[in-house]
Amino acid sequence: MGKRIGMEVAVAVAEAVGLCDIDMAAVYPITPQSHIAEHLSDLVADGKIDAEFVTVESEHSAMSAVIGASGTGARSYTATSSQGLMYMHELLPIASAMRLPITMAIANRAVSGPLNILNDHSDIMPQRDSGWISIFVENGQESIDMSIIAFKIAEHKDVMLPVNINIDGFQLTHMVEPMEMPSQEEVNKFLPPFVPHATLHPSKPVTMGAFAMSDYFTEIMKAKDEALKNSKKVILEVWDEWAKMFGRAYKPIETYKADDAEILMLTMGSMGETAQMAIDELRATGVKAGLIKLRLWRPFPFEEIKAVVKNAKKLIVTDRAVSFGGPGGPVFSEIKSALYAETKRPFIYNYIYGLGGRDVPVNDFTGMFEKVLADTSNKKADTYEFWGVRE
Amino acid sequence: MALKSWRELPIGCVVSEPGSASEYHTGSWRSQRPVWNNSKCIKCGICYVFCPEGCVQQSEDGFFQANLDYCKGCGICAHECWPRAISMIEEG
Repeated sequence: MGKRIGMEVAVAVAEAVGLCDIDMAAVYPITPQSHIAEHLSDLVADGKIDAEFVTVESEHSAMSAVIGASGTGARSYTATSSQGLMYMHELLPIASAMRLPITMAIANRAVSGPLNILNDHSDIMPQRDSGWISIFVENGQESIDMSIIAFKIAEHKDVMLPVNINIDGFQLTHMVEPMEMPSQEEVNKFLPPFVPHATLHPSKPVTMGAFAMSDYFTEIMKAKDEALKNSKKVILEVWDEWAKMFGRAYKPIETYKADDAEILMLTMGSMGETAQMAIDELRATGVKAGLIKLRLWRPFPFEEIKAVVKNAKKLIVTDRAVSFGGPGGPVFSEIKSALYAETKRPFIYNYIYGLGGRDVPVNDFTGMFEKVLADTSNKKADTYEFWGVRE
Repeated sequence: MALKSWRELPIGCVVSEPGSASEYHTGSWRSQRPVWNNSKCIKCGICYVFCPEGCVQQSEDGFFQANLDYCKGCGICAHECWPRAISMIEEG
């Protein structure tokens, strides 16, 4: 059985990764970094886990190092945040094109400028199209569960893709929460050894990351897209397996009082728990409100989203990043495009909120619902607004 | 060699056959080719040394020529050849 603990989430994530028999981790140890890297280095230095811990001179090098290590067949891990993730950007599509099952925790934080590094999703959104499986977690328990699950998904022979786990910076990474930490025996039972699809070894020479001209580039992109789409089947299977073993079930989207809801809200990450309280308050006043928490960002769960919104009249999509000069927040434009061809779909509203660490109390969410409900003629649908901005 | 479909690509496009890059004839990129005037050539070998593709070869008689399967027509040999023995000729 697992052990009930009270621990800072970032530290717990490192503890969970420590149970996963990693061979190496490469990190840039300076700001913006989280305690994930710090505690993982402690575990290695104290001899608690047998892994190579490589401190590099930048996140660009951290991602390069895990790509190289994963290519040799090492189970490789890294963690980053904000500017660090931006600096890794160039390497992310390379890791996925080479089909290297790296896993990475991202403590989601704002990107400069101005310099801020407090919590929002502006670091991960520019990485959307890099071909990684992308998961958003809501609380400490989910952070440690996904940290373990990610290895199994990434390394599955039908997946072989990198996975990033998005954990809200500060709002979640720095919180002390009660969690159940699986035991080493349980993780050993759940997580099989890593069997790479190819390895860099002198006795069997191969080339990884070779050059390709226009005669093959299209086919390679198509293969990568199909690989990412096909990964969903395995993700669902692995989550089911986890549920059977540990009793905690995960789905691409999670809903709260959504079945009979006339007005729905969609959140990603830790804000879901606060929004849930707003739903309870609204329900108490007779508003048929419900919540959708989007957990699986890539591959995008089209069918699940379509099914859950089909009976709602209004849908509020919340975004914690801006697509400057675009159609609205990045989540909003995804949801709109997912529902475009549906004959029956709700009016969709978009609020961009909680930027650069701004607090979002329950009454912000109830306020969003009230504002959308007041728009009885749906004139504000299909537009976006910066929630709480001072005019 | 027939081009493969996306379904036939190895995972991660790993190349498992060492040295297979030589099957790719980069000479098809060329728009100009180097031509040696052996009456000016002093067999110094500077073209051989500077060729970034390593495709300049020396014949038994000591003169040089480019392997046109791999010569990209960059013109570095012609630029470096100080007796001006190499001309770059437009490909037809």
